[in-house]
Amino acid sequence: MRLLNASGCLDALTAPDVVRALDGFVTKTVTPLPREGNAPPRIAETAHGMLNAIGLANPGRERFLGDNLPRLRELGVPVWVSVGGFCAADYAETCARLEDIEAIELNLSCPNVDEAADSAAEIVAACRAATELPLYAKLSAAHPDVAEVARAVAAAGANGLSLINTLRAVALDRNLRPALARGSGGYSGPALKPVALHAVRACADATALPIVGMGGVTTGRDVLEFLACGATDVALGTVLFSDPDAPARVRAELAAACAEACVASPDDALGLAKSPETEEKVTA
Amino acid sequence: MNAVRRSCRVTGSERVGLYTLVRVERNGLEPGVPGQFFMLEAPGRLLPRPFSVCLAPPGELAFLVDVVGPGTEAIAALEAGDEIAVFGPLGNGYRLDVERPLLVGGGIGIAPLPYLAEQLGGEPRIVAGFRSEAHAEAASILPPQTEVVVDPTLVTSCHLEGWDVLACGPEPMLHAVAALCAGAGSDGGKAAASRPYGGAQLAWEAPMACGYGACYGCVVEIDGALKRLCVEGPVLAAPRAKPACDKLSQAMEPIA
Repeated sequence: MRLLNASGCLDALTAPDVVRALDGFVTKTVTPLPREGNAPPRIAETAHGMLNAIGLANPGRERFLGDNLPRLRELGVPVWVSVGGFCAADYAETCARLEDIEAIELNLSCPNVDEAADSAAEIVAACRAATELPLYAKLSAAHPDVAEVARAVAAAGANGLSLINTLRAVALDRNLRPALARGSGGYSGPALKPVALHAVRACADATALPIVGMGGVTTGRDVLEFLACGATDVALGTVLFSDPDAPARVRAELAAACAEACVASPDDALGLAKSPETEEKVTA
Repeated sequence: MNAVRRSCRVTGSERVGLYTLVRVERNGLEPGVPGQFFMLEAPGRLLPRPFSVCLAPPGELAFLVDVVGPGTEAIAALEAGDEIAVFGPLGNGYRLDVERPLLVGGGIGIAPLPYLAEQLGGEPRIVAGFRSEAHAEAASILPPQTEVVVDPTLVTSCHLEGWDVLACGPEPMLHAVAALCAGAGSDGGKAAASRPYGGAQLAWEAPMACGYGACYGCVVEIDGALKRLCVEGPVLAAPRAKPACDKLSQAMEPIA
């Protein structure tokens, strides 16, 4: 099990020590052109989570490749690059330019920009043709059947899945107007965990792809739950905002969480909560 | 990033006018430069809240809290013996290398001024403005030389021209202070322009989830582009920042 950060929840260059406590660093999503992002206010806390509408703020492909990526490589932590765009060619062109990194995560599900018209499978197929690097497809649990999307991106050549992205949501201010300037935003935090666990479990049942599970992971126990549902790796998101020491803390909590769950190690939790017929489906 | 996150025991909580001063044990945390801030855990809430250091007596850090929502309410309700996570110091504080310091605070914006005055030394001139007599009671936390004004008298009527202003307060006040300092005097602002930081250093606020550059939630327009206030600020030379928008302070509790 590798412990990663969720894309957009950590800046390696302002917090390198936090990054070094992880097994891999996932960048903020890189788009072909620079994006300043959405107007503020961009964040709002809710009862059990938070909303963000950052809007894929990033320096753009050229500056990322020329300036950011070389500095990220110097951190000595495997780098995952999150790639975004507005059509399949956008994604594929960025993928073609990437080398000497651990993996590419295709952000197919940002709730804060207008969606790409191409389907997830079309984008994955275009990227597959453009790179030999491992391709992880980051999917949304908002799709009525995320397992169906998982099967489609697997068939298109994805090497793994990242589950889940934030869910589109709205919070109101005290005057009953949207708290975020964009109106809606992406919902994250502990409230998301049951939704994410379902998506991981459904996709683990539907495909044999490795899965980076994320969505409300806050404790060592949460990590075990994602592993039990079929995740192979786990990412920390919103918890990093309130606790930059979360990577070390979560790892430290794993032993006690294992003991409490009566498993010898995190590896022994793998797949415990998957459907009984899983093996049959995967081999079929 | 020199910031450290520690669990700190609350040593006390006291009323300062309509605000609450929450004291915590340092537990190894450095107080940082005046104007820097700390993220304080808000018990029962998902996200911590940012506060500038108000006082830094030996072994303690103290934060002035204005209750404006559930997070600040939880922090103001802390009692001696409670423990909360405290993370900092974060961001960039005031530059203290000024010739003629004048500290200007508006409302809860007085929060960083006691520690700032102490670090500057030598009884600097201080002006504090409040929206009501009840709010003005909080001036008791400021040094005795403080000039206190209450609405409708504004801090900008207190002859700020020709001083190196270090200010914290609501956005309209900061803009008025900046305009006054930039254009002041019979020389059409030349003297102000020759001063470091355009004649004024302003501490801004924005809702932020993390305080250390991770969330990109606290952007404001700085040098013509949306930039993270927690990384670039919160203290900025006067000409650098433009208003974010008046909705900011409603979205979440901003820096106190």
